[in-house]
Amino acid sequence: MSDLSDLRMTDAVRIPRRRAAYAPSLPLLPLRVSGLRLDIAQGALLDGVELTLPRHGCTVIMGPNGAGKSILLKLLHGLLAPSAGSVSWNGLPATEATARQALVFQKPVLLRRSVAANLDFVLKARGGDRARRDALLADVGLAHKARQPARSLSGGEAQRLALARALATDPEVLFLDEPTASLDPASVQVIERIVGEACARGTRIVFVTHDIGQARRIADDVVFLHRGRVAEHSAAAEFFPEPQSQAARDYLAGRIVL
Amino acid sequence: MQDIGEAFRLALSLVLSGDADLFEIVGLSLQVSLSATLIACAIGLPVGALVAVSRFRGRGAVLVLINALMGLPPVVVGLLVYLYLSRSGPLGFLGLLYTPGAMIVAQTILIVPIVAALSRQVLEDLHGEYAEQFRSLCLTRWQSITTLLWDGRYALMTVGLAGFGRAAAEVGAVIIVGGNIDHLTRVMTTAIALETSKGDLPLALALGIILLVIALGVNAGVQMLRMSAARQASLGAAHV
Amino acid sequence: MTFARLIAATAASLTLAGAVAAQDTSIIVQSTTSTANSGLYDYLLPIYTGESGITVNVVAVGTGQAIKNAENCDGDLLLVHAKPSEEKFVAAGYGTQRTDLMYNDFVIVGPESDPAGVAGMSDVEAALTKISEAGALFASRGDDSGTHKKEVALWKAAGVDPTAASGAWYRETGSGMGATLNAGIGMGAYVMTDRATWISFQNKQDYSVEVEGDEALFNQYGVIPVNPEHCPSVKIEAAQDFADWLVSEAGQAAIAAYEVDGQQLFFPNAAGS
Repeated sequence: MSDLSDLRMTDAVRIPRRRAAYAPSLPLLPLRVSGLRLDIAQGALLDGVELTLPRHGCTVIMGPNGAGKSILLKLLHGLLAPSAGSVSWNGLPATEATARQALVFQKPVLLRRSVAANLDFVLKARGGDRARRDALLADVGLAHKARQPARSLSGGEAQRLALARALATDPEVLFLDEPTASLDPASVQVIERIVGEACARGTRIVFVTHDIGQARRIADDVVFLHRGRVAEHSAAAEFFPEPQSQAARDYLAGRIVL
Repeated sequence: MQDIGEAFRLALSLVLSGDADLFEIVGLSLQVSLSATLIACAIGLPVGALVAVSRFRGRGAVLVLINALMGLPPVVVGLLVYLYLSRSGPLGFLGLLYTPGAMIVAQTILIVPIVAALSRQVLEDLHGEYAEQFRSLCLTRWQSITTLLWDGRYALMTVGLAGFGRAAAEVGAVIIVGGNIDHLTRVMTTAIALETSKGDLPLALALGIILLVIALGVNAGVQMLRMSAARQASLGAAHV
Repeated sequence: MTFARLIAATAASLTLAGAVAAQDTSIIVQSTTSTANSGLYDYLLPIYTGESGITVNVVAVGTGQAIKNAENCDGDLLLVHAKPSEEKFVAAGYGTQRTDLMYNDFVIVGPESDPAGVAGMSDVEAALTKISEAGALFASRGDDSGTHKKEVALWKAAGVDPTAASGAWYRETGSGMGATLNAGIGMGAYVMTDRATWISFQNKQDYSVEVEGDEALFNQYGVIPVNPEHCPSVKIEAAQDFADWLVSEAGQAAIAAYEVDGQQLFFPNAAGS
């Protein structure tokens, strides 16, 4: 959600610049988050977040608007610096893990150039070639639009391209921030399939969504955020039939979450 | 007021008769001002982009300085460049004074701040849109800058035009460092100043009309370039 | 376009510009707006260049600025009209020697209404006194040019200090001859101008020559090659060649032959001819 749009450029949450070059060695998972807090002038957006994610799988983060889901993603991805607490990717701080991860934003940010060039942009730095690009485009169903300007794509096409671009970086962790909100069913299906395939290949998925049906389809475990805290974190098989917290029960039942 | 009608008639006959002196002056005007615009863009665009993506102490002061320099009086620039390029000045050995090269230098100095300040604004807006994606992709500052410059190219064309317009229209700097020498450094604006001082107001005005038409031509040319590129990039250009 | 290509293209155009200036057979003459605006150089230079192959580039500014530029070594030859300043220039070692070249005269032009009633006078001191007593508008160059220096000297001889009325009836434009004529005519002021500029001036409106013929209005031009001992960059041979030609019989005849509307503008008076 756009919880963060108004503060993403504020100096208070700016983080130091990192080098793009990196040498992968240890795996990034497991992830351990402890005492994580993010303050803005109006108060804390996240407070006392404790979270551990295992090596593999697809984690879905749910919660009512304003619960802090997008902010949590950005803290995990190293785009924001926490006010307190720590994010540890198997020992690495978030800002040093960014280059080994990718984030698909709710509103895709595409460069003002062709569809193919948007992929070449990230492939070039990583030694990817044309074959890789064409395979990625075919995978997201955009091969026939390779030469079109990216900015002329429909919402669903644009998001599929953003996903292809994220995968082009070979991320070890793929964050998706409500990627399918307001997309047509076909695009939703493509994105869910590709995310599922990536997960099966061993890419760690962290997926924010409000779509309960979607969450049931893709989640291995669910983190339920409420008022800037983790209200509940459990396996999908337990969460959907028997949510433990009142907030999650209200949320899943479609009631206003207080 | 009859001068104005006379001026239009004269402008037309000058152009239609293929007046060689006129075409020489027009050619030099374009050579000098377009060269100055290209150099100013080569300097000003990276500066504008660097300031757009950077946060540092004193950034506000730098912005105020660049914006203030947009108002540099041409005659002051001319004087400074004269003092440097004069035979008795530190760069006199270059022998540039009273050459088109000196005029290019003066106009470049005049419009670098315009290009830097306007491109800084354009690119900062664009960067606001791209910044998080760039950070997610771990782009270096250099990659960010070159990407912004390329993606902002249509808006930056307008920035270049603003610089060209200022260069082509100024007289104070080029008349000092060029000397308005016939067949060597006479450009449209200095020719207009000369004809005005000779009291030949219709001819001065006719030259002014031709200068205006040239400016229109350059702007129309860039606009056509933009539109043909925009047709290729359809919505891509509509966003800038 | 890449920056590299931008810079390459620009460097090429700068080199081109430099190449034009690098012709050995061109000299720069620092001269006055009055000679340039009258069209004299447009007439003389093609003749001289045809004979010698030397290109002469004229920078036309006020005499004060022309002398200053020449002192800075930004010219090979000085052709101006302010004898005391010129002699100082040579005495200070900036020029090799000064030669009388030609003369014309100054006139005072005014509107048809002639508010100070000076039309037809030939005594310039009396005319200036009358203008000041009438408080009639007078536009002065005010730019330290040769014409301005001459005008200041004439006021002094007339015993009037016009600068006391600066901004009132005495208007100092701080501009070249043509610009001052445009301004003076625009405000209905008397203007002192050299005759050559006036004859070729094309925005006369209802103005005509009111005061002329006084010996004190005599306007002498001199020519001075810039001293190569002071300025090693000076192209002294070419500059001397042009100076010699100007004072030669051929040059003097060419000056005498230049006419606008059937009127001779400059009268050659080099000592040698």
